[in-house]
Amino acid sequence: MRVNGVHYEREIEPRMTLGDFLRHEIGLTGTHLGCEHGVCGACTVLIDGRTGRSCLAFAMQEDGSEITTVESLAQGGELNILQQAFQDHHALQCGFCTPGMLMTLTELLRDNQNPNETEVRETLTGNLCRCTGYAAIVEAALDAAQRLAAAREA
Amino acid sequence: MKPAPFDYHRPISLDEALDLLSNLENAKILAGGQSLIAMMNFRFVQPDHLVDLARIPELTGIEERDGVIRIGAMTRQRDLEFSDVIAQRLPLVKAGLAHVGHRQTRNRGTIGGSLSHADPSAELPMLALAQDATIEVRSTRGARRLPAREFLRGYLDVAIELDEIVTAVEFPCWRAGHGWGFHEFARRHGDFAIAGAAALLELGEDQTVERVSITLNGVDVTPVRLTSAEDVMRGRRLDAELICAAAAETRHLEPLEDAHAGAVYRRHLAKMLTQRALGDAAKAGALIASV
Ligand code: FES
Ligand code: FES
Repeated sequence: MRVNGVHYEREIEPRMTLGDFLRHEIGLTGTHLGCEHGVCGACTVLIDGRTGRSCLAFAMQEDGSEITTVESLAQGGELNILQQAFQDHHALQCGFCTPGMLMTLTELLRDNQNPNETEVRETLTGNLCRCTGYAAIVEAALDAAQRLAAAREA
Repeated sequence: MKPAPFDYHRPISLDEALDLLSNLENAKILAGGQSLIAMMNFRFVQPDHLVDLARIPELTGIEERDGVIRIGAMTRQRDLEFSDVIAQRLPLVKAGLAHVGHRQTRNRGTIGGSLSHADPSAELPMLALAQDATIEVRSTRGARRLPAREFLRGYLDVAIELDEIVTAVEFPCWRAGHGWGFHEFARRHGDFAIAGAAALLELGEDQTVERVSITLNGVDVTPVRLTSAEDVMRGRRLDAELICAAAAETRHLEPLEDAHAGAVYRRHLAKMLTQRALGDAAKAGALIASV
């Protein structure tokens, strides 16, 4: 399996979920596991470029897949545009949901460069946040879309 | 929680998968895993063997032949949602898909998996029933085809044997320009529906209802066709009164009660959603019929 561009090979038990594999086997603890039954979305990662819940996949299934986690976003210690927008808009408090939010929005902003508020909210229905009330997260996402557009033009 | 231990199998052909299923004890099929893995994590289900169908190429794909759309059982819900063929030929299915779970689960969830899981509030079983889809299943003993209404046997229960695999689903298309409507009520978009209604309409001369299908989910152990309402409408001129009369047939329903909603509330929802779904179907259908 490749994770964030790095190849990993491990002997594992079939029952190990992808989320546990990322956290315990290769030490990427940015991905959070909340409910472990597919409700909260904290564990969202990209599997071959598409978001998926890493608690609802066994690592074995992803033998040979390309996994992208929240650790891939910041480059050289610098937050990426989406992460920076989260910080600027106070889009996180405890931060537990944040990795999942970021990965879900990463997919959205890749596929839809100019989402409206409804689209952002609909996309985020799969991610629960107990702290922020979502408003700041939606603002951050919309702002990030604009900053990305500006960056593309520049 | 963590699932109980099991052995994992990843066949690369359908025949290999069928052999495995016929030989293994307490084996389960792993499709997209969006319901099964959750149930395994809770230890509601503890299979000794999982047979993962993800790497069997012949189980994936969408093709149209003679007015029938054939969908491989392992086709991901997300691929259906963005398929042009589905959008054009099965607009009701496309509309319903937007309500199936969340984007992250649709990316992985499959049509065959959702049908086989047969949750009474799920959309895909309801859409299969609405469109009179045929489910194709295979085992080492051969292939057979079941209409959706026989396949969906009960609560989380479908009419297939332990060694059988759902291989494809066939949706017959309605006439181009038919009317359709889909309405659902859930606490949060993408959550399990409390109730939902799907309607299909074909209109003839003078707005007469030639063909109609009305299906509800969330009101019984399986999705149900509101056949009495279809009877009320067939052959009659379509107008607002007729839609109300059809929706009133929901009074005969005896919905389940659970923590989310009581029977009276569900019956009310069923009526309102039926009315809205038919209203949308009428608008789309009438538009076409009048040109
Ligand atoms: S931990 Fe995966 S959805 Fe909650
Ligand atoms: S910031 Fe705490 S759960 Fe979202």
